[in-house]
Amino acid sequence: MGNLARYIITRVLLTIPMVFILLSTVFVVLRIMPGDPVGTMLGGHAPESVIEKKKEELGLNRPIPIQYLDYLWQVCRLDLGNSMVFKQRVTKAIAEKLPATIELTTFAMIITILFGVFMGAYAADKRRSLQDNIIRLYGIVIFCIPVYWLGLMFQLIFGIWLDILPIAGRTGPRVFASTFEKTGFYVLDTILIGDFSALRDVLIHLILPSFTLGMVLSGIFVRLTRANMLDVLKADYILAAEARGLEHRKIVYKHALKNAFIPVLTMFGLQFALLMAGAVLTESTFSWPGMGRLLLERIYLRDYPTIQGVIIMFALIVAMVSLIVDIIYAVVDPRIRY
Amino acid sequence: MRLTTPAEAMARALSRFTGMGRRYGVEWWILLAGALIVLVILAMAVFSGAIAPFNPHNQDAGPQLAPPGGKHLMGTDNLQRDVWSRIVHGSQTILRVAVLAAIISSLLGIILGLISGFSGGIFDRVLSLIMDSVYSFPGLILAIAFAAMLGPGVINITLAVAVIYIPTYFRLVRSQTLSIKEELYVEAARAIGASGPTILWQYIFPNVIATTVVVYTLNVADAIMIEAALTYLGLGLPPDIVDWGMDLAMGKKFLPSGHWWLITFPGAMISILALGFTMLGEGLAEILNPRLLER
Repeated sequence: MGNLARYIITRVLLTIPMVFILLSTVFVVLRIMPGDPVGTMLGGHAPESVIEKKKEELGLNRPIPIQYLDYLWQVCRLDLGNSMVFKQRVTKAIAEKLPATIELTTFAMIITILFGVFMGAYAADKRRSLQDNIIRLYGIVIFCIPVYWLGLMFQLIFGIWLDILPIAGRTGPRVFASTFEKTGFYVLDTILIGDFSALRDVLIHLILPSFTLGMVLSGIFVRLTRANMLDVLKADYILAAEARGLEHRKIVYKHALKNAFIPVLTMFGLQFALLMAGAVLTESTFSWPGMGRLLLERIYLRDYPTIQGVIIMFALIVAMVSLIVDIIYAVVDPRIRY
Repeated sequence: MRLTTPAEAMARALSRFTGMGRRYGVEWWILLAGALIVLVILAMAVFSGAIAPFNPHNQDAGPQLAPPGGKHLMGTDNLQRDVWSRIVHGSQTILRVAVLAAIISSLLGIILGLISGFSGGIFDRVLSLIMDSVYSFPGLILAIAFAAMLGPGVINITLAVAVIYIPTYFRLVRSQTLSIKEELYVEAARAIGASGPTILWQYIFPNVIATTVVVYTLNVADAIMIEAALTYLGLGLPPDIVDWGMDLAMGKKFLPSGHWWLITFPGAMISILALGFTMLGEGLAEILNPRLLER
């Protein structure tokens, strides 16, 4: 256990430079790169004096190193400044939108794992059969389908032609906003107040976006699980289980899958970045009021403090998730050496 | 060498193809199918003027929002433009951006990876940490930030796409350089007095470059989807350029009214092109180095 504790501490400490570098990258991209945010924000014909005044207000006319230190200090205090367009704190805008993104990505993840892991395990069990080849083909093809296009096609098929599922938003028009004041996670909120017709409405709105995002990512999980399962199924303990006369299905989906799942879990850390990127596109397609939509809306409005805040938030989330995944991995698998 | 008739040459080529198929199995056919897709779309881009029946900007090509059929293979859009002609011309934009972006990021990534892996020390550590951090960040979101800062333009979107793949090449080349520089023949070169740059360029580089070919192909596939994603979101390109992603975004407005052809065709083309490069890359990987893509 001493080793494990040491590993966790080292891993936590390693997160600090990573976050620092990500924050610096964001700063370089948004502040040092060519482009005049204030000029574009005020429109092409704003007089020089007005631009200068706005720059002074935002602290953009100070030397770059000072701006950089100030920026880091701001982030340390978890203060992301004020929106340039609305009278609103950036942290508040993010806090409002974050639950929507987390809800979408959580459900998408469940679908990815259900689809990906079970299809991968099934393909490995039936390797070199027709089913195996079909699933492998699915794994390659689904990954090449842009998530936004899959979303549009789902909207067309299930929303327009069959007309059975809603294609935009988190709720229908008949659910009141006051239903969702507790946490911002609509599924949780409706359960907490016991409004099950609202819960049904929320879940129906979740189906298309989460399937879209979940299916696109499932391709990678199919391939990973299949490759790991092929290795595990060759192991001696599987042969031993067969010899003891255990049911074949139990061996594959219980014993083997459990062991094959651990390496898949580590890959989750890396796939998480894809999940976030996919969420931005899915939110845009389904008018899902989350972080991605916030980012895009504010890009069109040239609201730089908010853009910066959202990107910092994404960086922090990614760093946290990779930290958590690594720690879980170390705890779950006692065979791992640190 | 005696002259062969075209039929004989073709028979020989065919038997060679099937022979390769026997030797490498499914992967060979995946490679061929991928190459075929890429070649067809490449031909579409090169000869778009001859293939497209209408000018892609022609706002008088036919009736408004006509469904596919008759004079318009893929229908017309809300501005009376021919969708098929826009698909043909749009292939130029996406191919140019994706291929060029992958060239830029591979050049930078390979050079930095070689130097970093070879020189080691504090420079290597800091650069690796930077590259790893950027690698862990969602590429699309980074590209969105870049594209938003740089403003619309073909060069700008190429740079925005290119920047997110530099760490991919860097990590691959660096790790290979680290292991190759310990090889005996590098040791031997050093013993006979070869300078650092000579060893790097003549002994290490040729051994590293082979693996980057596969990564390059897969990288183009990904860059295609990122380019289309950026333009779909309305970032990256001025409106007068014909582009699949932008056509998809425009078609989205007509989805609720059931005009399916405006989104189906541009999206399918993006998928097919990405699939072509992916299949090419997977096939190459399997044939050149069967262990590369296994984790």
